[in-house]
Amino acid sequence: MLLLALDTSTPAVTVALHDGERAVAHSTHADARRHTELLAPAISDVLAEAGVDRREITGVAVGIGPGPFTGLRVGVTAARTLGTALDVPVVGVCSLDIIAREVTMREAPHGSPFLVVTDARRREVYWSAYDSAGVRTRGPEVGPASGIPDALPAAGAGARTYRDAFPGLLEPEFPSAVFLAAAVVDGAVDTCEPRPLYLRRPDAAPPAARKPVLTPVHPSR
Amino acid sequence: MTSQPLILGIETSCDETGVGLVRGTTMLANAVASSVDEHARFGGVVPEVASRAHLEAMTPTLHRALDEAGVGLEDVDAIAVTAGPGLAGALMVGVSAAKALAIAVDKPLYGVNHLVGHVAAEQLENGALTEPVVALLVSGGHTELLEVSDVASAAKLLGGTIDDAAGEAFDKIARLIGLPYPGGPHIQKAAADGDPSSIRFPRGLTSERDMTRHRYDFSFSGLKTAVARWVETAERDGVPVPVADVAAAFQESVADVLTRKAVLACQERDIGTMVLAGGVAANARVRDLARERCAEAGIELRQPRLSLCTDNGAMIAALGAAVVEQNLEPSAPDFATDSSLPVTQVLV
Repeated sequence: MLLLALDTSTPAVTVALHDGERAVAHSTHADARRHTELLAPAISDVLAEAGVDRREITGVAVGIGPGPFTGLRVGVTAARTLGTALDVPVVGVCSLDIIAREVTMREAPHGSPFLVVTDARRREVYWSAYDSAGVRTRGPEVGPASGIPDALPAAGAGARTYRDAFPGLLEPEFPSAVFLAAAVVDGAVDTCEPRPLYLRRPDAAPPAARKPVLTPVHPSR
Repeated sequence: MTSQPLILGIETSCDETGVGLVRGTTMLANAVASSVDEHARFGGVVPEVASRAHLEAMTPTLHRALDEAGVGLEDVDAIAVTAGPGLAGALMVGVSAAKALAIAVDKPLYGVNHLVGHVAAEQLENGALTEPVVALLVSGGHTELLEVSDVASAAKLLGGTIDDAAGEAFDKIARLIGLPYPGGPHIQKAAADGDPSSIRFPRGLTSERDMTRHRYDFSFSGLKTAVARWVETAERDGVPVPVADVAAAFQESVADVLTRKAVLACQERDIGTMVLAGGVAANARVRDLARERCAEAGIELRQPRLSLCTDNGAMIAALGAAVVEQNLEPSAPDFATDSSLPVTQVLV
């Protein structure tokens, strides 16, 4: 097998190839504004590094957020298109779960409950809570960091931005495609349709009443 | 001529997800999914709504185009995609899909200019263009006059709107007189029963002074205010608003200015061909007046069918075909979208 894994739900554009035994190549670049530019070369790079042809890919796994919409869509669009063009299955994984998987692997076997908190912009965060085994117990949700009910150590960039809201910080800051790939291969995370977790509705409101252009006629005094 | 390369084009600059397949100037498929209905209650295109719709529509539209053409992805020789101008988030969906596709089929990728794509679309209708041409592009997002001396490599902007796009003006006036979104088709329908000469609305940027500074530019903001003033005055005076007449007179003003300046550009630059494209080029009055005035001036008018006037993937494939034919370099794998890509940049 050859699983291509990628995530663009945070400033990190992360790509990995996994052969069923181990990650044979990976690439991570953090640049919040250049997802469209970075992703395709990163995919080509990991294929070249592993010395495999794209036609050997047997499946695609993609982080489906939550995360800033525009960057998130870059990865989900690429994953779906690759799946269609290569005629291989595509699975989605909650991006917070990818970070959680890395936390669990790093902390095992002495883990304790924790949070994963990423930046949602607008002074809010995306977050989920996990038990000591890394099983998601709540979330994903979006809201201010101060509104998270559990005072637990937290991984993810959002925990760093709102440092005071958490009793401790955990690694990592961003999801890694290496952990995404391994988690999918090991069956250690829930997978679903590759559809973005937006959690917020589009900013749009029906138009307000039009302003009149005629000067209002004031009653004479 | 099956020896010509098969080009797949992807377009996502606004609210239409388009995938087209073209060989030379022959169109094999033109699949389009539109999110226009989702924008109707907002009275205009909502970028995030459009971007979400592009993501959902992308692979189904790709499959539809391949089925329509009866080809497989392995038959595709090159891919072209709109790199700009357009809505940033919307462009990124198309470019991201195109880049992934280019990797999957291991074929060159060309990021191309949406506006020039509208001109290239005409080649699918009436065969290769004889450049130079003046192109009048009018849609909900664009109102531009271009001079194209080579569709694959040389275009320049003669003028454009200094405020609203023509299509935006149609949407706003429709709302003012109680017609639904999108305004274009509804105003045209209402105008059919109206008298365009019943009200004389202003012609933007046509005064002697404006013709020195803004010779090939357009403005619809003054027209919009004039219509609003006229309607409000009627309402204030308790006179029923003659919707058909207002629609007809407004439409006449837009069609008049657009075609007048486009013909002038042809005459002054000694160019014998005009291409009319974009969603507003679907307006019957704009088409009729352009035909009439071009005939009078001895200018050949070329306009593609309506489905090629509005945004679509075939026009991007057509431009891609022109670019490939000239053996131009593919775009770098890390090329970016550019929401304000200048028309002088046909290929990124």
